[in-house]
Amino acid sequence: MNQLTYTLQIADNALILGHRISEWCGHGPILEQDIAITNTSLDHLGQARSLYQHAADMFNALPAEEKKTLFVSAALQAKIAKDEKIDEDDLAYLRDGWDFRNVLLTEQPNKDWGYTVVRSFFYDAYNFYFYTELQKSKDTVLAAIAEKSLKEVTYHLRWSSEWMIRLGDGTAESKARMQEAVNHNWAYTGELFEMTTADKEMLAAGMGVDLNAIKTQWQKRVDAVLEEATLSIPANAWMHSGGKEGRHSEHLGYILTELQFMQRAYPDMEW
Amino acid sequence: MTVHSFQEHFDAKIDSEVMIEPRDWMPDDYRKTLIRQISQHAHSEIVGMLPEGNWITRAPSLRRKAVLLAKVQDEGGHGLYLYSAAETLGITRDEMYDQLHTGKAKYSSIFNYPTITWADMGAIGWLVDGAAIMNQVPLCRTSYGPYARAMVRVCKEESFHQRQGFEIMMTLANGTDIQKKMAQDALNRWWWPSIMMFGPNDADSPHTAQSMRWRIKRFTNDELRQKFIDVTVEQAKLIGLTVPDPDLKWNQERGHYDFGPINWDEFWNVVKGNGPCNKERLEARKNAWENGAWVRDAAMAYSEKRKARKENKETKAA
Amino acid sequence: MNQFINKNLYGDYGDKEQATGASGTHNTANEWPLWEVFIRSKAGLDHKHAGSLHAADAKMAVENARDVYTRRMEGVSIWVVESKYVHASDPFEAASMYEPANDKVYRHPTFYNLPDELTHM
Repeated sequence: MNQLTYTLQIADNALILGHRISEWCGHGPILEQDIAITNTSLDHLGQARSLYQHAADMFNALPAEEKKTLFVSAALQAKIAKDEKIDEDDLAYLRDGWDFRNVLLTEQPNKDWGYTVVRSFFYDAYNFYFYTELQKSKDTVLAAIAEKSLKEVTYHLRWSSEWMIRLGDGTAESKARMQEAVNHNWAYTGELFEMTTADKEMLAAGMGVDLNAIKTQWQKRVDAVLEEATLSIPANAWMHSGGKEGRHSEHLGYILTELQFMQRAYPDMEW
Repeated sequence: MTVHSFQEHFDAKIDSEVMIEPRDWMPDDYRKTLIRQISQHAHSEIVGMLPEGNWITRAPSLRRKAVLLAKVQDEGGHGLYLYSAAETLGITRDEMYDQLHTGKAKYSSIFNYPTITWADMGAIGWLVDGAAIMNQVPLCRTSYGPYARAMVRVCKEESFHQRQGFEIMMTLANGTDIQKKMAQDALNRWWWPSIMMFGPNDADSPHTAQSMRWRIKRFTNDELRQKFIDVTVEQAKLIGLTVPDPDLKWNQERGHYDFGPINWDEFWNVVKGNGPCNKERLEARKNAWENGAWVRDAAMAYSEKRKARKENKETKAA
Repeated sequence: MNQFINKNLYGDYGDKEQATGASGTHNTANEWPLWEVFIRSKAGLDHKHAGSLHAADAKMAVENARDVYTRRMEGVSIWVVESKYVHASDPFEAASMYEPANDKVYRHPTFYNLPDELTHM
C-alpha cells in the first residue's frame, strides 16, 4: 500500500507539472523554446504514464477489501465495486483532488516564462537527485523508470539552470521578474523534502529515497545556480505544505476540471 | 551577364527542373512570390497550433494527450523550418511576425474556425491535415531548393498527423451513440472549410499560371480539391460517417465525385477577418510575442555580457 | 515585370498588401542571430546540413537544435555555426569553379578498362 502511495506521489508530480508546462504549447516566447519546453512536457507525461501503469498493476493485485479503502472518488469506487481492473487513465482522470499527492510546487500557475523557469528549476534539481537515488530501489520497476527518466531530467535541469542564469543575469527587468518568481516559488520548496509515511516506509524497505540526504545536494546546486544568476533566496523562510497528504491549493481544482473534463462528462467510453 | 541573360539562364534552369538556390539570380517577382507563399505557409503552421492547442489540457486519455502535444509541437517545428526557408530570401523572421501581427500577412483561414468538441481533433487531423498533405506533397518538388527541402522534412513528419486524426474519428464512429454524434457533428462543421482550403476555383484565380510556370506550384486548386474529395469520401464511408453534401455523387464518366456549390461568400468573409476566431487567433499570437519580449531581450543581453566578460579576461591575460 | 501572384498555397489568402520582405518597418536589431545546424545521424557518417534556427548564443543553439531537429532520433552529434560566418562560393562563377572537372573522367574508377576476372581491386 505504501508502495502504491509512493508511486502515486511521483506520478502525480510528473502529471501535474507536465500539465502545467503543456499549457505553454503554442504560446512560448520564441518558436525554438516553444518546441523545447513541449519536449519537457512530453517527458513528464511519459514518466507519469509509466508510473501510473505501475501503480495500476499494484492496485489491481490488491485484495478487494483493501481496494475500497484507497480512493475517495465515486467514479473510481464504482469501478472497484464492479470488480473492474483500473488503468493509467483511471488514476489520472477519476481521482479527485484529495487523492492527488503531488507537491504544491508543481501546481503553481505558469504566470510568465520566469515563474515557469523557476518552478521547473527547483523541481528539476530535486528530481535529478531523487531519480539518481531511486535507481537503487529494490522495486525494480521504479528503479527502471528512474534510470530512464534520469536521462530526461538531466537535460531538464540543464535547460532550467541555463534559463535561471540567463534571465537572472540578463536585463534589469528580467532580473526583477526572476527575483519575484524565486520569492514566490521558494515557499513551495520545503515540501519537496518532507517525509510522508509512505516515504519513510519505502526508505526503510530499501525501495525509497532519503529526502533528507538529497536536500543537501539540492541546496548546494540551487545556491550555485542562484549565485551565478545573481539572484538571492528570500529572507522569509515560511514553507507551505500539504500536497503530499492530499491538501492542495485552489489551483489543483482548476487543473483537474480541465484535465478530467472528458472522462467526467462522458464516462466509461473509449477514446 | 545582362539582366536579360540572367533571366534566360533562370528560365532554362526552371525548364530543366534544376532547383534554384538562395544565392542564384532570380527574378524579383519570383522572390516576392516565394516570400509571400512560404511565410503564409509558416504563419498557417503556428496559428494552426492554437485551435488544437485548446484541447491539450482536456484530451480524454494520457495517450491522446501525448499524441496531441507531439502533433502541435510538430506544427511549431514546421513553422520554424518554413520561416528558415523564407529567411534565405532576405527577410527576417521578426519582419514576417510583424506582417502577421499587423494583419498584412494572412494564414490559412481554416484556423479561424473554433474547436468545440474533442471530435474536432479528429476532424482536423483527418480533413485539415489531409488537405494540407495534398498541397504539400507536390511542394517537395517545388523549384526553390530551401522550400523543397523544408517540405520534405514537413511531409515526413506530417504522415502521423493524418493517421492520428483518422484514428480518433474511427474510435468515435465505433463508439457510443453520443460519440458517433460527436464525430458526425465535427465532420459537418469541418467538411466545407476543408474543401475551401484549396482556394478559389481555377477560373477565378488567373495567377495560378505564373506559379505553375515557375514550378512553385505543380497542380491547380481544382485538381487538388477533386483529388481530396475523391479519397476522403471513401474514407468517410469506411467509418460510417456522412459527408454533409447532398449533391455528392460518383460521376462514372469523369471518374470523380461531383460535389455541390462551395459557399465562397463565407470563405472571403473569413479571409477578411469575419471568421469566428480571427481576433482570438491573432491576439493569442501577439500576446505570446509581446509577453516573450523581455525573455528574448534578456537572453541577448546575457549573451553580450558573457562575450564582453570573456574578451575582458582575454585582454587581461594578454 | 509587374505580375503579382496572389494565390498559392492553400489558395488565396487575400494578402495583396502584404509587404514583400526587407521592408525595414520593424526593428529587428534585437532578433536572436541565425544559426546553421549540422547533424550526424549516426556514428561514422558526416555531419549534414539539417536547417537553421535562432538562438541567443552557441550553447543555446546546440540545445535548440537538439529540441528542433532531433525529436525523432535523427542525430547523435550536432554542430552549429552562426550563419553570418559561412563563406560560400559565388554561384555566378559556377562555370569556372566546377565545369573544368567535367572532362577529367580519369579521376573516376570506372574510367579504366580491366578484365572481369580481376578481383580485389
